[in-house]
Amino acid sequence: MTRARAASRTLRPAGSDDLGLRRALSDRLLPLLVGAMAFLAALALAGAFAAAALARHWQDGAAAVLIVQVPQPDSPAADGAGPRVGRVLAALRGLDGIGAARVLPDQELAELLRPWLGAGPGAVALQLPAVIEVRLTGMPPADLGGRLRAAAPGTLVEAQDQWVGRLSVLARSLQACAALAIGIVGFVAVAVVAVATRAGLASRRDAIEIVHGLGATRGYIAGRFARRATMLAAVGGALGAAAAVPVLVGLAGLAQPFTGRDVPPDLADTLPGALWLALPALPLAAAAIGWATAQGTVRRWLRRLP
Amino acid sequence: MVRLEGVGLGYAGTPVLQGVSFGIAEGGFRWLLGPSGAGKTSLLRLLHLAVRPSAGRLELMGQDIGAARRARLPLLRRRIGMVFQDFRLLPHLSAFDNVALPLRLAGRPEGQVRVDTLELLGWVGLSRKLLSRPAEMSGGEQQRVAIARAVVARPLLLLADEPTGNLDEVQAGRLMQLLHELNRLGTTVVVATHNDALVARHPAHTLRLLDGHLVRDD
Repeated sequence: MTRARAASRTLRPAGSDDLGLRRALSDRLLPLLVGAMAFLAALALAGAFAAAALARHWQDGAAAVLIVQVPQPDSPAADGAGPRVGRVLAALRGLDGIGAARVLPDQELAELLRPWLGAGPGAVALQLPAVIEVRLTGMPPADLGGRLRAAAPGTLVEAQDQWVGRLSVLARSLQACAALAIGIVGFVAVAVVAVATRAGLASRRDAIEIVHGLGATRGYIAGRFARRATMLAAVGGALGAAAAVPVLVGLAGLAQPFTGRDVPPDLADTLPGALWLALPALPLAAAAIGWATAQGTVRRWLRRLP
Repeated sequence: MVRLEGVGLGYAGTPVLQGVSFGIAEGGFRWLLGPSGAGKTSLLRLLHLAVRPSAGRLELMGQDIGAARRARLPLLRRRIGMVFQDFRLLPHLSAFDNVALPLRLAGRPEGQVRVDTLELLGWVGLSRKLLSRPAEMSGGEQQRVAIARAVVARPLLLLADEPTGNLDEVQAGRLMQLLHELNRLGTTVVVATHNDALVARHPAHTLRLLDGHLVRDD
């Protein structure tokens, strides 16, 4: 018993590395490669979130406004009942999807045109159309332009929804590209873990055959590889995600002038909240890939043994 | 315990065993004899479930091995001890961990693992080599570790391929004493050897192979 006590002080814990996987699955190359994948995945995730935010921004802002131009606004309307601009306003107010409509005052219009017309339209004797800013609450009728032209011929409806729609398609395409990039990164990570596991199997073939002969189950052997691969992939994922943070914060700083937001007071507000949640998920995803890939690879390899 | 009926085994189409039939009752002892290349190691591999027969019927511990599910085989292997000619120790593990491995794979409590392993390593004279790795031990010491590993789980069937090849006379005698003791306690033992002197000193039932055929069973 004394000898047993003495031995227990010096012997290593049971089952710590029966298959010698510390050497077979190196703790350098695999975490490095998985870390690179996690870094790329973090950039792709940030791209996806940025595209989503842009799409929301465009849809919430520009798409909610419609511009209507009424030439010769003060002339009588087609039915003779008041000025043309008044008829168009009346026609707008009764339609679905229209929240508010206001005619831009002459002073505001002149201010908008100052860069092009200098002192003002009066100075160059131009007769300007009335500009109506329409706030949308939903989809306006498809034949909006026709209805307004019926009230005041020559009225133009600026089709902002068309280019906003195109920008939304662009944003969705960017999101799809980001998702594709994440998928490719995941596939490469699976391939990297599979290759590393197969290399480990090749270098530990004798040890595997010995423990298999001693009665080790397939689950035991696959579990040993999976445990090691999970740990290495998680470390790589954590390193990659951590390395991506300063890069993303830097990019967010460069993008600041385009977002119209003030510089955030602290680091936590620099990146979107969803991205802060997604970054810690990268090591978890890497660990899951490591576990599942190692399990599958080893169990498939073990089919050759009886 | 062991029953073979017309068992054949081939590697890549080349037969190494053909039409082998014999039986060993529980608690039996067999010398397995024959020249090099006769098929002794292949027969031991079959009995160790390292391969399945290509032909015929192999029954071990009441299980038809040809029909047994793969998931069943590890449990059978844990009841079989094997001493390999080339020891087949894990080079990165100490003598203690090599011997403890079968007990740990069987899920025995760690306290029991330590007591049983230390007792057996003491019996084979390796108490001072507990933490030594195979590369730090002589051939004879490695063989004793291999023997200890094969018997530590008290197998029902013990197979040994030239187990005295690297042992001196004293150690070989102690090994035979251990094998007979296990056999007396009910373990079925099959020992493949070229050592005619050893067989003469310990006469027992003999299986003789020649060119993959069983030519003698008496």
